[in-house]
Amino acid sequence: MSMTVPDSAQAGKTLLSVENLSIEFGQGQSCKRVVDDLSFNLNRSETLCIAGESGSGKSLSALAIMGLLPKMARTPSGAILFHNEELLSKSEPEMQNIRAKQIGMIFQEPMTSLNPIMRIGDQMMETLKRHRIASGDAAWQHIRSMLDAVRIPKVSERLRQYPHELSGGLRQRVMIAMAMLCSPQILIADEPTTALDVTIQAQILELIRELQKEYQTGVLMITHDMGVVAEMADNVVVMNRGVMEETAPIRTLFSNPAAAYTRQLLAAVPRLGTAPPLSERPERPPVLEVENLSVRYPMRKNSLFEPPREVHAVDHVNFVLHEGETLGLVGESGCGKSTTGRALMSMLNFEGSIKVLGKDIRGLKGSALKAIRQDIQMVFQDPFAALNPRKTIAELVGEPFLIHGRGNSEERKERVAQLLSQVGLPEADAMTRYPHQFSGGQRQRICIARALALNPKIIVADEPVSALDVSVQAQVLDLMEDLQSQYNLSYLFISHDMAVIERLCHRVAVMFGGRIVEIGSRDQVLHNPQHPYTQHLLSAVPIPALDSKRDFRALLEDSKAPDPIKPKGYQSKPSQYGEINQGHWVALEA
Amino acid sequence: MTIYILRRLAYAILILLGVSFITYLLLYLIPADPARQLAGRSATPETIANIRAQLGLDLPFYQQYFQYLMNLLQGDLGRSYIQRTEVSALIGSRLSASSQLLVWGIGFELLIGISLGVLAALKRNTALDRGLMAFSFVGVSSPHFIASMLFLYLFAVHLEWFPLGGYGTTHHILLPAITLGILGSGWYSRMVRSSMIEALQQDFIRTAHSKGLTRVRVIFRHVLPNAIIPVIPMVGIDIGIFIGGLVVVESVFGWPGLGQLAWQAIQRVDIPVIVGVTMVSAVVIVLANLIADLLVPLVDPRINLEKS
Repeated sequence: MSMTVPDSAQAGKTLLSVENLSIEFGQGQSCKRVVDDLSFNLNRSETLCIAGESGSGKSLSALAIMGLLPKMARTPSGAILFHNEELLSKSEPEMQNIRAKQIGMIFQEPMTSLNPIMRIGDQMMETLKRHRIASGDAAWQHIRSMLDAVRIPKVSERLRQYPHELSGGLRQRVMIAMAMLCSPQILIADEPTTALDVTIQAQILELIRELQKEYQTGVLMITHDMGVVAEMADNVVVMNRGVMEETAPIRTLFSNPAAAYTRQLLAAVPRLGTAPPLSERPERPPVLEVENLSVRYPMRKNSLFEPPREVHAVDHVNFVLHEGETLGLVGESGCGKSTTGRALMSMLNFEGSIKVLGKDIRGLKGSALKAIRQDIQMVFQDPFAALNPRKTIAELVGEPFLIHGRGNSEERKERVAQLLSQVGLPEADAMTRYPHQFSGGQRQRICIARALALNPKIIVADEPVSALDVSVQAQVLDLMEDLQSQYNLSYLFISHDMAVIERLCHRVAVMFGGRIVEIGSRDQVLHNPQHPYTQHLLSAVPIPALDSKRDFRALLEDSKAPDPIKPKGYQSKPSQYGEINQGHWVALEA
Repeated sequence: MTIYILRRLAYAILILLGVSFITYLLLYLIPADPARQLAGRSATPETIANIRAQLGLDLPFYQQYFQYLMNLLQGDLGRSYIQRTEVSALIGSRLSASSQLLVWGIGFELLIGISLGVLAALKRNTALDRGLMAFSFVGVSSPHFIASMLFLYLFAVHLEWFPLGGYGTTHHILLPAITLGILGSGWYSRMVRSSMIEALQQDFIRTAHSKGLTRVRVIFRHVLPNAIIPVIPMVGIDIGIFIGGLVVVESVFGWPGLGQLAWQAIQRVDIPVIVGVTMVSAVVIVLANLIADLLVPLVDPRINLEKS
């Protein structure tokens, strides 16, 4: 069943057939073709992945099948045949009867895909009522069994809850349960796991697979992640800028890709375990020493009599960053890695000591703090949000000089031009342009140029490539490496992506529940993990190669972080570490 | 929740203190002299001085204000200079008429404002949208006294759809209430339009469509409830502006409410009545704001008053 090749012999099994689909936006001169001549078949029980980078038109193709294209889009040309019925010529009420009942859909962003002011139960009930699948007690029974099927704990409680009371992973499970309520023949999943941690991702993919098996659903999965493709797909369509580059069964695609673009895409994906060995590095002096760093937030009280409580976001964290070194800080969302980064920048109050070039920054204010900030700079995850849209690139990159009162306008301009050429944006007109005129990767280069402006010794990079396409990711990582060797920079590289960490870091620290559970050299931590959490995390990493599917069932069990909410004044004990090997420390279980 | 309400009520007392002080101070500073008004044109300076002493107007400002506060704490709003009756009784007799007009007027404001806002958002960037927004702009910028007289002439005198004035039946209340509704609806239609447009672009609206729901259901069950949330606190803020309009509209339509009472009192510098009506309005505004803020978490479960 896993190798269904779309041909006429199996036409009886074909659920959906897209033929020469083209989608255009706008009218006349400004008309833009965003999907061009796309064709594929989807069979019962089959998973077809549409893979491609941002702007490839993959999501729009899915929306066209649902009849949910944005208003600016013109009526698509070509054909979308569902059981040999043309969907494109159906009226809106006819399409409404098909949506959810015959074709279900789940979306990328579980945090915003549910109505925030409607209870989970009501949102699910709405679908059942609309399609008259069941009513009354039978309907509630059906909803419960569906939520059970996606392994949501405490179902009765969930039904009465609102979306904001659920985590991202749970919300995506609700979305899947909702999409599967009417047992549709096709499930369209648009980047269903992109916004989730790898362990949660594995759980969601496993659930989709289980439900597919039970209902013989045809799954159309849209993803940019070749790891997900390798794991889920029977057949693959590769798209690039609206054009179908290649369509092939999964084995052919990975073993013998036909299109040059597919080869590029596969080559650009960072793969865990393929990074070149590290050269021997002489011992260098430390530039950043963190001792017993803890960050706590007070919780608001819900009643007068409630004892005050605190969230322990970061708990007794210790590490040292040496000159010219990259230390990776890895962990899942909520583990405290970004909070650690912000504490290093003195962007929030902390306990413990942070020494930048030997100088403790705790409690520094005003000009003393400003002086320290010249040595430690930050690059953020989202290059779209990190640049003020109303300032030119010259103003943005030159701003640090202005703040620190360096140079006159002539010198500043010269230095900005120099910085931009260092990060690979040498175009003369770049300085007078605005952020929206640049692509994501170029914007991240601008952010890096800005961080470099004051010749810092340390750069804290918080998920700097997570928002970028893989091909662009590789370029930015190369740039960061070049800059490091050129200026002897030290990076604290915060990421959830193990392959990226392996590619760039000399040493790695794994965070879990606000603490470091394992720290050591890259090879020690990633290739010889000792702590159970590190092992769990590594086993959840999707691998973009055939025959290396993850053991999803083992991952279905959540690893529970300790409750970070503690009574005020609670003194947590620092973790005890054992040294496995030289420089390889592992937290001992309490 | 209880802590929140108690804290808000404590603030309310401070606000009322401030309102009474500022009103009193302004009336003290204006050049009009209530004693001269009372005594009439031909009165001798002695008579005027007598009246001043009788009313306590010869005392320094802080003593006058302190005396007023002391009486206020005992629930005594003072006596009207002109009508020689208790201010509380005057206000009491007119409260019901004003409350009716207030409720009807705000009802029309919301009805007109929300409907037009929804319509404009759904027909965004069409001639209808631009027309509705122009209408709301004219509405909020028209002075109440001109618009009231225009409506009175057009609908009561010319078309004879409504009575010219008076009080008592639903028929009487409609024209002043609709006038207030039309004039104030612009704030709401603009706000509802923009929050509808924002809500329409949310991911969960796409989800709602993907469930196969009809357009009507998506709009009324998913878009509008989310778009309406910012309107609720807006009612609390608007009520102050609304009461300002109420004073004028009541006077034009001869509506026997607090606005009319205030209008007459201002013309004759009847200080206790002016301050009394101001205080009652302030209480209404403060309470309306509190109620509006308490309503928000009922509609939006994400909002927790203790945490905001």
